[in-house]
Amino acid sequence: MSADEPGRQTRKRHERGSKSAVDGDEQRLVAAAELGDGTQPPPAVPATGESLHPELREQQSVMQRIVTGNALVSVLAVVLALIAGGILIALTNEEVARTSSYFFARPQDMLGAAWTAASEAYIALFQGSVFNSDGSTFARMIYPLTQTLTVATPLICAALGVALAFRAGLFNIGAQGQIIIGATLAAWVGFSWHLPVGLHLLLVILAGIVGGALWGGLVGLLKAKTGAHEVIVSIMLNYVAINLVLYLLTIPAFQRPGSTNPISPQLDETAMYPPLFGDTFRLHWGFIVAILATFFAWWLLNRSTIGFELRAVGSNPHAARTAGISVTKGYVIVMVLAGALAGLAGTAQVAGTEQVLTAGVAASFGFDAITVALLGRSTPWGTFAAGVLFGAFRAGGVTMQTNTGTAIDIVLVVQSLIVLFIAAPPLVRTIFRLPEPGQLTAKPRKTASTGGAA
Amino acid sequence: MGWGLKLELKGITKRFGSLVANDHIDLLVQPGQVHSLLGENGAGKSTLMNVLYGLYEPSEGQILVDDKPVTFDGPGDAMAAGIGMVHQHFMLVPVFTVAENVALGNEATKAGGMLNLDDTRARIREISDQYGFEVDPDAVIEDLPVGVQQRVEIIKALLRDAEVLILDEPTAVLTPKETDELLGIMGQLKADGKAIVFISHKLREVKAVSDIITVIRRGKVVGDAPASASTTELAEMMVGRAVSLTLNKEAAQPGEETFTVSDLTVLSPTGQRVVDGISFGIARGEIMAVAGVQGNGQTELTEAILGLQDHVSGSIRLEGRELVGKRVKDIIGAGVGFVPEDRSVEGLVGTFSVAENLILNRYDRPPFARGLAMKPGLIAKNAEQYIAEFDVRTQSAEAAAGTLSGGNQQKVVMARELSRPLKLFIASQPTRGVDVGSIEFLHKRIVAERDVGTPVLIVSTELDEVLELADRIAVLYQGRLMGIVPAGTSRGELGLMMAGMNAEEAQAQQAQAEAQQTDVEGGEE
Repeated sequence: MSADEPGRQTRKRHERGSKSAVDGDEQRLVAAAELGDGTQPPPAVPATGESLHPELREQQSVMQRIVTGNALVSVLAVVLALIAGGILIALTNEEVARTSSYFFARPQDMLGAAWTAASEAYIALFQGSVFNSDGSTFARMIYPLTQTLTVATPLICAALGVALAFRAGLFNIGAQGQIIIGATLAAWVGFSWHLPVGLHLLLVILAGIVGGALWGGLVGLLKAKTGAHEVIVSIMLNYVAINLVLYLLTIPAFQRPGSTNPISPQLDETAMYPPLFGDTFRLHWGFIVAILATFFAWWLLNRSTIGFELRAVGSNPHAARTAGISVTKGYVIVMVLAGALAGLAGTAQVAGTEQVLTAGVAASFGFDAITVALLGRSTPWGTFAAGVLFGAFRAGGVTMQTNTGTAIDIVLVVQSLIVLFIAAPPLVRTIFRLPEPGQLTAKPRKTASTGGAA
Repeated sequence: MGWGLKLELKGITKRFGSLVANDHIDLLVQPGQVHSLLGENGAGKSTLMNVLYGLYEPSEGQILVDDKPVTFDGPGDAMAAGIGMVHQHFMLVPVFTVAENVALGNEATKAGGMLNLDDTRARIREISDQYGFEVDPDAVIEDLPVGVQQRVEIIKALLRDAEVLILDEPTAVLTPKETDELLGIMGQLKADGKAIVFISHKLREVKAVSDIITVIRRGKVVGDAPASASTTELAEMMVGRAVSLTLNKEAAQPGEETFTVSDLTVLSPTGQRVVDGISFGIARGEIMAVAGVQGNGQTELTEAILGLQDHVSGSIRLEGRELVGKRVKDIIGAGVGFVPEDRSVEGLVGTFSVAENLILNRYDRPPFARGLAMKPGLIAKNAEQYIAEFDVRTQSAEAAAGTLSGGNQQKVVMARELSRPLKLFIASQPTRGVDVGSIEFLHKRIVAERDVGTPVLIVSTELDEVLELADRIAVLYQGRLMGIVPAGTSRGELGLMMAGMNAEEAQAQQAQAEAQQTDVEGGEE
């Protein structure tokens, strides 16, 4: 028991002292109150037991709290980010700048201009991403929504991979590389093999899954066998992946005949996801695959023994080990699965949206996926919803820029702010005066115990 | 030094949201007294002391020092007012010397900002000599035994002119011998006019050293008792109902020896022999209890049996089958029930539901799973059955296990391990941090498991528990077996063995000591 632990405990206790009831004593008393049993003596805090490994507990709980936080915090984080984004839009608007010069004479001019700027930008964002009321036909009106879902497809798949890894306690930064390798393998099967309808697409999907799974599994294997940190390994493998695809696009096998451009031949018709609602829309069957993948991830996590193992490893590896669950095996399995899902995202890109392989095939999906998984609290359906939201940001951002002149960068700012607010739940709680978890409902905090020295 | 300080708490109430952790607590601490605060874990003792030490702000009530109301904004204010606290876990920097630690936060400097420790050293020697602490100011903390580290903490407080010393569960980490030394030190400090607030739930120690005992239950003062009050009386005040402190168990009916450990050695990752050539056997229907001060190889011993340790040599055989080298999963499958020493770290997944925790090591076996698919219905039914059988107080089977009280968490772990036929049952610290009412229940379940013919291995650092449960007692010291003695062995003899003496020596010395009527070890018996 090192001597710096108690220092930390007390400092913490002091910081939170006036606000929250997380000291062992209180936590147990809360539990006692909850049981509302008059005859039973008050339950006890494990006097020395709880503080055997406080540093481990602390680490686990901070990460677990951020990645599996409260749904309300996610929603409010989006609201806050949109408000902050709106203020930025207003601040950078020329009309607002002009009217601000006589702000003290007629403040309503500037405030009005600011409101107009922000609301018009967001209306354009909505029209570009969900429903365009100015469209001439129903198809035109609904077109933005299908665009949103098209963009959301790879995001959802990749984010599911990140979310699964989160649940097993791993920070998978490598979705980008996994998408790229998955896309590369899928594209190669798509343009160099010539197979009948059905079978070809199936093999393309499989190739994408295998490519991603290999790239992700490598991370898991290195972590399990050597203890290498998954964050560093997966970031480095991102570089390897992008440079590998850049090299591949310089060799004839990946180039169009007679061309030296770094762009692959188009995939065969048979290798591509068919459009979902005819040729008018870009939305393809990849979206259905994304829905199926979400369902699969939900089942895996909540209804299968593998998911039980992964969640146990993620929440408390010590208890998992003691219960006979192999932590290292869990790391490999989850990274294979995470990579496979990212590979599906790569497939959706080459076999659906882009139809060719370029070095930019993954855009920034792999990194946005981290945000999406965070926003979705690492639950499969939460991630799905967050993916659709981010798809909307991307699809609508373009319309916003063309219609109102608001820079598309503002969307990036909003996305970044969402992450910031999610990573700092106390900030959101303070702004909205939400109670600390455990205060209002008299429910003790789950994992935040700092070990009570009763 | 000093004339002492009168400290009074008046109507201290501390609320957390709707929850009342301290409810109008009055406490009068007089100079030259040892004032014990007795209460179960979770009764609100720590909260009260944190209020007194300035870590919490009271919701209501007043703190009076020498009849003058004061408010503390932090430990600094409390220290300035003459209140010092020795925490259960020491706040020392392991790689600093004693003098550096004592000076920390209060450093004297020479010209040019150089550290000046000479005064500190001198004062440490002074205090050390005055009270017979035997602390070398230049020793590095991590090289010192726990008992001495604790004295450094006391010196820290005394150097800051503390007149009231709060000792929070100070004996939890000490050997019986060190405990006696500490109780002696407390007596000296008292004679010197200091007031001592002694927080504990160990009745024996409280009775041995207190001038007055205040019992706290559920955040309220139940009453004061003199040190002459009987253990049963005190226990009843603490718990609020009659409790039987002694377990009425039948004599063991040992059968054949089905579990044997021979020449077991476990190396730590750094290559130290943390378990050093241990051999013993446990018969069916027998409880073997391992006694020892925490950190003497008990953890590694039990973990080695379960297959959690990597560098194991020797042999562990259960019903003829070798367990060394097997996977944890297979060892659990072979019928080993295991209650780990730290339930919240190794025993439970706090974010998992009670139902999930009840199948934590059987999630992939029928009837709870077929292939990869788990059976939520059967898992819920299993939970319902064991929540009822073990009287687990939880809102529902779906509540996160981390929200339960320590005693109820322990019941979940016990229920899981005892809910299947076992060939060996291992429990480390089976009742650590568990309320008295649940202790009774858990002990009965352990004895019941013995009575169906399972070999049982108990590891406990609480001598009381060892004496309560054991049919035979093995004592570990620095990874070595000091001997296996029968259940009736005296506390003094066990104490000597826990400090590194083998069984014969301990017996001889104990006999000698008793003959001389200068019972140094366990004098309060």
